[in-house]
Amino acid sequence: MNLTLKVWRQKNASDKGGFETYNVSDISPDMSFLEMFDVLNEQLVREGKDPVHFDHDCREGICGMCSMYINGKPHGPKDAITTCQLHMRSFNDGDTITVEPWRAAPFPIIKDLVTDRSSFDRIIQAGGYISVNTGGVPDANEIPIPKKVADEAMDAATCIGCGACVAACKNASAMLFVSAKVSQLALLPQGQVEKKSRVENMVAQMDDEGFGACTNTGACSAVCPKEISLTNIARLNREYFAAKSSSDNV
Amino acid sequence: MKLDSKIPEGPLAEKWTKHKFNVKLVNPANKRKYDIIVVGTGLAGASAAASFGELGYNVKAFCFQDSPRRAHSIAAQGGINAAKNYQNDGDSVFRLFYDTIKGGDYRSREANVHRLAEVSVNIIDQCVAQGVPFAREYGGLLANRSFGGAQVSRTFYARGQTGQQLLLGAYSALSRQIAQGKVKMYPRTEMLDLVMVDGKARGIVARDLVTGKIESHSAHAVVLATGGYGNVFFLSTNAMGSNCTAAWRAHKKGALFANPCYTQIHPTCIPVSGDHQSKLTLMSESLRNDGRVWVPKEAIKGLTAKEAVSIAEEDRDYYLERRYPSFGNLVPRDVASRNAKYVCDEGRGVGATGLAVFLDFADAIKRDGRDVIEGKYGNLFDMYKQITGDDPYEVPMMIYPAVHYTMGGLWVDYNLMTNVPGLYAAGEANFSDHGANRLGASALMQGLADGYFVLPYTIGDYLAGMPYDQVETDHEAFKEAEDHVKGRIGKLLSINGNKTVDDFHKALGKIMWEYCGMSRTEEGLKKAKGEIQELKKEFWENVKVVGENEELNMSLEKANRVADFLELGELMVDDALNRSESCGGHFREESQTEEGEARRKDDEFSYVAAWEYKGEDQSAELHKEDLEFENVKLTQRSYK
Repeated sequence: MNLTLKVWRQKNASDKGGFETYNVSDISPDMSFLEMFDVLNEQLVREGKDPVHFDHDCREGICGMCSMYINGKPHGPKDAITTCQLHMRSFNDGDTITVEPWRAAPFPIIKDLVTDRSSFDRIIQAGGYISVNTGGVPDANEIPIPKKVADEAMDAATCIGCGACVAACKNASAMLFVSAKVSQLALLPQGQVEKKSRVENMVAQMDDEGFGACTNTGACSAVCPKEISLTNIARLNREYFAAKSSSDNV
Repeated sequence: MKLDSKIPEGPLAEKWTKHKFNVKLVNPANKRKYDIIVVGTGLAGASAAASFGELGYNVKAFCFQDSPRRAHSIAAQGGINAAKNYQNDGDSVFRLFYDTIKGGDYRSREANVHRLAEVSVNIIDQCVAQGVPFAREYGGLLANRSFGGAQVSRTFYARGQTGQQLLLGAYSALSRQIAQGKVKMYPRTEMLDLVMVDGKARGIVARDLVTGKIESHSAHAVVLATGGYGNVFFLSTNAMGSNCTAAWRAHKKGALFANPCYTQIHPTCIPVSGDHQSKLTLMSESLRNDGRVWVPKEAIKGLTAKEAVSIAEEDRDYYLERRYPSFGNLVPRDVASRNAKYVCDEGRGVGATGLAVFLDFADAIKRDGRDVIEGKYGNLFDMYKQITGDDPYEVPMMIYPAVHYTMGGLWVDYNLMTNVPGLYAAGEANFSDHGANRLGASALMQGLADGYFVLPYTIGDYLAGMPYDQVETDHEAFKEAEDHVKGRIGKLLSINGNKTVDDFHKALGKIMWEYCGMSRTEEGLKKAKGEIQELKKEFWENVKVVGENEELNMSLEKANRVADFLELGELMVDDALNRSESCGGHFREESQTEEGEARRKDDEFSYVAAWEYKGEDQSAELHKEDLEFENVKLTQRSYK
């Protein structure tokens, strides 16, 4: 396959940036999208040019590092996969493919297609945990959890923190990401003790980071490589209202 | 150098309990006077950093990824072992200990492995308390499965994403400590040297990968939890960024590197499809519970999965079931991998390259129904289809072995301290628990055991004897290390040769896979040594690294890592040459039984080979730690 790539190049955070056009040839349909970028980068390095920087690590769809906005959609045209799992057989010979970084103010661009997603880490630091120290916990089977509940919590817990939800949202809202963690812990009995402070603190941090509001368009869930459901956002809203409208008195 | 493993006295089952009582303690009020550096935030690093923070130490944690949540532990699929015996099927701490020692082909320490089995039960409790959503039965209790050939069901799992869930648990604990100010996190920061003052590890030099700034960090102890070195083969199931640099720099500063040749080749990976391939994808071992491995009895060139469906039953060779009737498709990883190589060497391999075998679910689907198989392996089948374009519900999968894990690593004593005082190694970065072959679902167990339940005790024993004083980062030793790092980066950027870093990495990978892979010979290893030396020489004369230091420069990052792989590759070959026996994942063709199985030479090689760096272009010096077995009888592994 021969392809034309329009790729966002930006030297650093303060550079204005712009699209560059590249041609790649002899691309095998069995290559992954990132392997196609490897080919481009080898080509660029041989010419003495700076390769296109992009985040990637596990290349098997679980680390959440890869993050390309391909032809106007996070992670490209196929549903329920990350960029690294996208294969060139999903494109046609002669295609022009446009590749941009995640575009959202709380994910500032570091270079080319690499963005800073540390805002997600700070949201987790605000409350995305159960406060237990190592040791001194009860036996694992002392807390029976209905299978249905455990499965629902697991569905939410599969979030890989890639940020596609934010990149797809016209408001750059992080509600799907936040709701996945809030849901997981709100569903489980272990998460009950801190459920009020958790949801309040995480939502406050989300707002501080500059993420937008949720207007329920569902673009986030539609592009999520792990198919995190919108139900989680409903659950987040319920948890949030419940926390705000109830008393802390005991 | 005398290697002291510091294994405590007393009966095996009491050693750890007694040791925990005997270690020195640091008064709670004094813990805040000690700083600990943790490099790497996978299961071992994140759990250690979080636990140190909870105890009250000041922690600085480093990872090269953009967030600690991305470490490659996240990709582990199958599960985590623990001797809970929840299934009432005869499991016990001793049985897990025994299976692990035997599985490692009697090349690991009894005391370390027993401790691992002991704390395995605490790990599950800890993870559940953190909210890790393990699979459950309808009664609400935890589910288990049998994994990797174990005769009991002791593996806990979270669908095919167990590593992800355990890592996110450790990451959540780490995040809590970051929020409380007890851990300072340095993402996108890579350790490039170890700093020693008065013979003790006192800090690191690291590069901020975004700005290129070379910075020194001082501490009272340094923990390396930097994972394995499988990427020396270029193609492996490791993440693209996984590297040996931190461990290798520590080695060059005096830490011994143990058993570098012990590499695990995982039998069920998606085969290589072409030269463009950048990494290999593992298909969970659990697939072998229901999938049957076969090749045609007579070679058929270029046999596709679609054509395979019409091959008659009597023309198929289910070679694992035939050769190992009692374990069948569930033989340990090294045995399954080697047998796949044999049938492909005979020309009976399938697919376009002839380097693949079938893993067939047709019988399982017929027996249990598609729904049941989908429930167990749905996500894996989807992943396979996504990568290859073939649908495993309709046609058999094609698989081939790939480098997956490295059992070797920095030599550590019972306290997980290297021979360098104050330098610890945890998780895959150390050598200690898996011997010559790691069993399935044991890597997650070891990573979390080291981080949650071993290091928090043993590091206090060392720190209790340390003065509170900090070493300032303007100390001569830091300056020297910084200059060294800067000099090397300057050199890499100035060569401006004709070959890219990947050209060298791929060439190294080919040499390693050919001569130091699944099957090794003296002749091949000697050849490999020469070729690696030449490649290394050419690298430093002809590599092309573009850009500058003072920016995000992934070409430079890679060059730094590949330069170290070139040196480590040679040490692996030396170690493989020295060990002229076969054991676990290390198979020397000269040492096999009449049936073609690995033959150990216990009289000669029942030791840990720990290598000391002696300087540029000098041969490493071998130190031996004899392995003593008092509780298990050494037998030839048999899975017939």
